[in-house]
Amino acid sequence: MRDRLQDWLPKIVVAPTFVAALVFVYGFIAWDAYLSLTPSRMLPNYDFVGLVQYHALWSNDRWWVALRNLALFGGLFIAVCLAIGLTLAILLDQRVRGEGAIRAVYLYPMALSFIVTGTAWKWILNPGLGVEKLVHDLGFPGFTFDWIVDPRMSIFTVAIAGVWQSSGFVMALFLAGLRSIDDSIIHAAQVDGASMPSIYLRIIIPSLRPVFFSSVMILAHIAVKSFDLVMALTGGGPGFASDLPATFMYSFAFTRNQIGIGAASSMMMLAIVAAVVVPLVYSELRSVSRD
Amino acid sequence: MKSTTMASFVGAAFAAASLSAAAAEVEVLHWWTSGGEAKSVAELKKILESKGDKWKDFAVAGGGGENAMTVLKSRVVSGNPPTAAQIKGPSIQEWGREGVLANLDETAKVGKWDSLLPKVVSGVMKSDGHYVAVPVNVHRVNWMWVNPEVFKKAGVAVPKTWAEFPAAAEKIQKAGFVPVAHGGQPWQDFTVFESVVLGVGGAAFYDKALVKLDPAALKSPTMEKAFATFRTVRKYVDKDFSNRDWNLATAMVINGKAAMQFMGDWAKGEFTAAGKKPGSDYLCVDAPGTAGAFTFNIDSFVMFKQKSSDASKGQTDLANAIMSPEFQEVFNLNKGSIPARLDVKMDKFDDCAKKSNTDFVATSKTNALVPSIAHGMAVPAATAGAMQDVVTQFFNSDMTDKAAVEKLAAAAATK
Repeated sequence: MRDRLQDWLPKIVVAPTFVAALVFVYGFIAWDAYLSLTPSRMLPNYDFVGLVQYHALWSNDRWWVALRNLALFGGLFIAVCLAIGLTLAILLDQRVRGEGAIRAVYLYPMALSFIVTGTAWKWILNPGLGVEKLVHDLGFPGFTFDWIVDPRMSIFTVAIAGVWQSSGFVMALFLAGLRSIDDSIIHAAQVDGASMPSIYLRIIIPSLRPVFFSSVMILAHIAVKSFDLVMALTGGGPGFASDLPATFMYSFAFTRNQIGIGAASSMMMLAIVAAVVVPLVYSELRSVSRD
Repeated sequence: MKSTTMASFVGAAFAAASLSAAAAEVEVLHWWTSGGEAKSVAELKKILESKGDKWKDFAVAGGGGENAMTVLKSRVVSGNPPTAAQIKGPSIQEWGREGVLANLDETAKVGKWDSLLPKVVSGVMKSDGHYVAVPVNVHRVNWMWVNPEVFKKAGVAVPKTWAEFPAAAEKIQKAGFVPVAHGGQPWQDFTVFESVVLGVGGAAFYDKALVKLDPAALKSPTMEKAFATFRTVRKYVDKDFSNRDWNLATAMVINGKAAMQFMGDWAKGEFTAAGKKPGSDYLCVDAPGTAGAFTFNIDSFVMFKQKSSDASKGQTDLANAIMSPEFQEVFNLNKGSIPARLDVKMDKFDDCAKKSNTDFVATSKTNALVPSIAHGMAVPAATAGAMQDVVTQFFNSDMTDKAAVEKLAAAAATK
């Protein structure tokens, strides 16, 4: 009897979460998928109209702008966060003095909400109040840094603020990964006469693959979810130049009474995330099972 | 002993509950949470409670009503709508089509609403010919707020038409001031654009193009001229205008940094809060070319069908309270707008409000009283949103006038 209970206990404990996830995540995704095939406008309407909403979505200029911005922002955000995080972690790993304090300083931005980050960076990047004015006052009147009001460059300011917020977190992940590397491999390489840079490039960084994988997963979902950062920093940018799919979806589904198009755009967001994450998970699980 | 105390407590609780059920409870959804607005809502609550009803506040702040509308949709879909909600413009008809609104025809007949409201206004309050909403106030959108000091220092007169605007703005810019204080948020771009269309094309053209969405009018040379004029306005805003809040732009005019702002009459509240006097410290002027026309933005309350039968007494009381001259006067004194009723005495209002009211009454008899498209009064949200996208993209890029009218006509076809 006790053995039977012990067998079933883990399943019983996990069951409520499992059911909740099944209903609230997958059930609602299915509902949303159905809504994207209906002519819903202000309130849900359950007639089936096929792919009309997807036609409307893909012929919408603003959606293409949002996608382009997601590619630019997402790519830069992930790449730069990884680069800065890894560099900082390697530097911090050199057993510097005050490592704890420095680590805390780099990690602090993570404690802020994206709204605070967005608002603070909005002031810093404002041409009349922030960096541009500071440099003018320092005596360089020809300096311009008005990316935030330039429709072509405003998405890069969102990337700057996002990178500032999340690099510290990536640094912490890499630091933990670095600390878990076995010293004996490094000593053996040094005995063989390898220089420090090549030790890093050939041994240490490749053994951090799981950390790269987790960081990319986390950063990718932060990038696709970005809504509060964009709204606080640029409000969608001059016009809608820094729109992202999340802000597009909110604006169409709730403000413009076009739930059908909003649902279609959120299905597209799901498709983008799946297209990135599923192959990544598959390759990682395959390599894990091979090891 | 303990059980009888318990019993008496329970009995008292039941008695209290049944007592409160006798008075109608009116749950009102709104987004008036800032200073002057919250005071105005408190007035409505006072009047309603003097009629014996209970006011249940349901304030949802933020987004100019966006958040409130989202909450409202979830309440209606779950079958538990509030008694009344603050909804305006064509959304009223959209809700009416869903079949969830309560009919106010009885109250309207008794209160003689048809004779107290201009036809354009009562049209917005009706769905399928029946009254479903009651108007609270009238905002005028085609105002231009002017700092006369700046104009004097630049040696220019206030432009009365869009033809006079470029020369005046050029002189102001040379004198070191910002000609147009503007906040680069899409709704503000759209607000300026609709005043430009009204000034360049006149009220009849505005009605044909932006209310009736006639494709020929939208692609006409007049609309191209409107876009060209809009491009001129773009030349005369300062560099930092992007994403600036509207009240910060008003502050530029108050502080004498900028000469004029195109904004609705809620800007007056900023001037009043800064202690400025109309006529001397600031002027309220018709936007160039729009003298004799009035773009309106009306806040209104809509009543939802309720399951319980004593809710309709509360709704009738609320509708009558809102339409009463006392409430209309007190509310609009606090909010900076003017009463929706044509017959309220304007003695206590300031000069700008008096001018607004005179123009409102006058244009209600001609056809120059038009709904504001930028503030959701003229066309449904989906269409207005698509057209706003075109306008704001034009303002923030180097789109040509010809491309803009094509895109605007295409956007107007959005359902």
